[in-house]
Amino acid sequence: MRIAVIGAGAVGALIARELCRYEAEVILFEREPDVGWGVTKANSGIVHAGFHDEPGTVRARFCALGNALFPELAAELDIPFRRTGAYVLAFTKGEFSTLRELLVQGEANGVPGLEIHRREEVLAQEPWVNPEVVGGLWAPTVGITLPWELAIAATENALKNGLELHLSEPVVGIEVSRGRVRAVRTDRGRYPVDAAVNAAGLFADRIAQMAGLDGLFLHPRRGEYVLLDETTGSLVNAVLFPAPTPVSKGILVLPTVEGGLLLGPNARDLPSDAREATETTREGLEEVIAGAKHLVPGLPLHKTVKTFAGLRPESPQKDFVLGETKVARFYQAAAMRSPGLTAAPAVARWLAREIALAHGLREKGNFNPKRTRIPHPADLPEEEWARLIREDPRWGRIVCFCNRVTEGEIVEAIRRGARTLDGVKFRTRAGFGRCQGGFCTDRILAILARELGVAPWEVTARGGGSRMVLGEVRP
Amino acid sequence: MRVYAVDVLVIGAGAAGMAAAAAAAREGARTVLLERGERLGGVLEQCIHPGFGLHRYREELTGPEFAHRLRGELEDSGADVLTGITALEVFPDGPKVKAVSPRGLKAFSPKAVVWAAGARERPFGALRIPGTRPAGIFTAGLAQRLLDLEGFLPGKRAVILGSGDIGLIMARRLHLEGVEVAAVLEIQPFPGGLTRNVVQCLHDFGIPLLLSHTVAEVHGRERLTGITAVRVDEHRRPIPGTERHIEADTLILSVGLIPEVRPIEGLVALDPVNRGPRVNGWLQTEAPWLFAAGNCVAVFDLVDTVAELGERAGAAAARYAVGELPAGKKVPLVRGENVTALVPSYLDGAAEGARIYLRVPRPLEGVTVDLGGVVRRPVRVARPAEMIGITLDGDALSELSRREEIVVEVKRSG
Repeated sequence: MRIAVIGAGAVGALIARELCRYEAEVILFEREPDVGWGVTKANSGIVHAGFHDEPGTVRARFCALGNALFPELAAELDIPFRRTGAYVLAFTKGEFSTLRELLVQGEANGVPGLEIHRREEVLAQEPWVNPEVVGGLWAPTVGITLPWELAIAATENALKNGLELHLSEPVVGIEVSRGRVRAVRTDRGRYPVDAAVNAAGLFADRIAQMAGLDGLFLHPRRGEYVLLDETTGSLVNAVLFPAPTPVSKGILVLPTVEGGLLLGPNARDLPSDAREATETTREGLEEVIAGAKHLVPGLPLHKTVKTFAGLRPESPQKDFVLGETKVARFYQAAAMRSPGLTAAPAVARWLAREIALAHGLREKGNFNPKRTRIPHPADLPEEEWARLIREDPRWGRIVCFCNRVTEGEIVEAIRRGARTLDGVKFRTRAGFGRCQGGFCTDRILAILARELGVAPWEVTARGGGSRMVLGEVRP
Repeated sequence: MRVYAVDVLVIGAGAAGMAAAAAAAREGARTVLLERGERLGGVLEQCIHPGFGLHRYREELTGPEFAHRLRGELEDSGADVLTGITALEVFPDGPKVKAVSPRGLKAFSPKAVVWAAGARERPFGALRIPGTRPAGIFTAGLAQRLLDLEGFLPGKRAVILGSGDIGLIMARRLHLEGVEVAAVLEIQPFPGGLTRNVVQCLHDFGIPLLLSHTVAEVHGRERLTGITAVRVDEHRRPIPGTERHIEADTLILSVGLIPEVRPIEGLVALDPVNRGPRVNGWLQTEAPWLFAAGNCVAVFDLVDTVAELGERAGAAAARYAVGELPAGKKVPLVRGENVTALVPSYLDGAAEGARIYLRVPRPLEGVTVDLGGVVRRPVRVARPAEMIGITLDGDALSELSRREEIVVEVKRSG
């Protein structure tokens, strides 16, 4: 049986990996030159507990399940995951009563360990929090991870287990006849399939339309972020939420797994056709800073290293659209708005099982769930680093001084599939430190050109026309 | 891991580090200089324009020529030099320095360390400029390396944000290599760089300098397609209605340098304005075995000054290594009116020959630099781009070192 998965974000990559557990031929299509570059790329990276979602929703069910799966998944895929816990902070009596509602809601969703803490307790644990805080809802199961690393790791692991990956290959048509999906068409060819899974993120409604389905409507909701450098992450211990509004979970302050501090996101609903509107705005960034300062007034904003925006798919139902559709063998994991990242492992496992059951797929005997990360020698014991250098001296040449990324790591990232500057950056963190590539961009460019066997002016930041340099000064 | 015992370990082989290592070795100290790059010279190697060395060598040199002179002095001094090796950690116990290179991990146990790691450029992200995140946005130093060292064309039509010296130099370099420079934008109402650079790099080539302007937004999905320039008011807030689009495939940022302090950050106090370690007149930090020199202390205007401070730090480190560096009462220098960068952070009564360096926040005419009422130096025109240096003679030093603190201020004369 041949199954196409459309979209290599965290959701699609995990679905592809889960399908690789079974006796099936799995093809993963991605329009971008790399995995995890859509909704996954600009995401808060929070593994939510599940108290934000109304009981009875698909979101609530899969959020709690997904959260429980994360420790094992992170261990199998060797990706960073840390249970920091979270506080929802209340600054008024009204907000404090919202905390109680969230606690009741969370318990109904099966979220463990929720507690309401008084002001003193909150401030004892989070001394940088605005002292006007009146209390907080403590959620110990909230964690942080790297969303794009999850997509990369899941894809790498799936490749090891037989996945066929097609990057830079947008799906342009779904062939349906006699009520069932027959083939997927891309800009490069036609692929006969026995089943297809729509995990196309922000574009899932368009893929659904290609299959003749018209019930899915998505519009982008933009969230802007401000990232502070790796010396700031210790200011807070937990993910800090404000009391939520009906629209969103609000603007947060959270430590990142890389040691920085992330502020954001705001929530701005964009017209349905603004699917690439990832620009930041002056008002948006000001809103993020004001919101973050409300929680933590003493933020060292002079340590800002970067601002960015991401789009998340919103639907009128505000809930995930999961499972088989009116078109037989056409499955969806769509409208995966927050907490989509948290839910993704549970959604992937459930959907792959549904497909396997429906088609009598047997599990492979030799599925290997383990993937290992690219070694980061600066984090390894000295003997191991020394051994790596003896094997290949490039593990001793530091390229990115801020994050201490070696040439060995960059070469390994390219061997694993990085083809662009961003591909290297997202896999190794080279250029993600406080100088933001000021010292290493030229060196990474040279390594990419050498390893890929192309001229430096053919190397791009992220595919398409995003060339870094245009040619030689004197050709 | 092998541990190497040395007297003085110098980290960073730019102008400050090379001068420091040479000076330490000339004092007779067993000296090792570590450089993370493959060549000595640091940022000088990419500064292929002239204008260096007028003070130190009394002639006008290019950056690589200046570096070449210093390399000669370094060779003559007998200091040991290691390249391609990155210092990872500096441990105060010992002290000890851990480093890595393609030859393996190494540890050094020096008696004194001179930190001379230079500065990094303030990145685009730190400016929080709204818009897209396309390719084609470079810090000036990165663009300079791509253009002058690698021979790559960064783009075809550029806008430069920031009129610091590197921005001005890059405007001329890009123009000379056939890149159209649409404009240089400066958020302040005055140029950030030296006057000679404004004249020789912009005026001489007809490149417009737009003062009180900044980039309000960047455009383009894959490669930059243009920017929105906007005029700002005296509080640097964009003035609505003054926006205009400038087409460009390249945006070059010259918006400030930040002293590089990473492995020593937790060990010693930093000055909040300079953003480098607090040092005394010997360039000695608050950890007595750790010295710092050059742009990692504060950002200086001239490489000649950086080399001079490197020499002072290197010689002092060598004397410290043999227990011969005198110590006296620490008298803090306190910023008064119109002082931004200020080096040193305190005077040590014994620091003979110490010089005080400072910058002003905006151009000032007819002013006097006042050091605690003891030294008064009239300055006809003080500009933020130019550091003011004042040498303390023995009398001034002994008078100042009796104080509890020294207020440094720049006041209108008369």
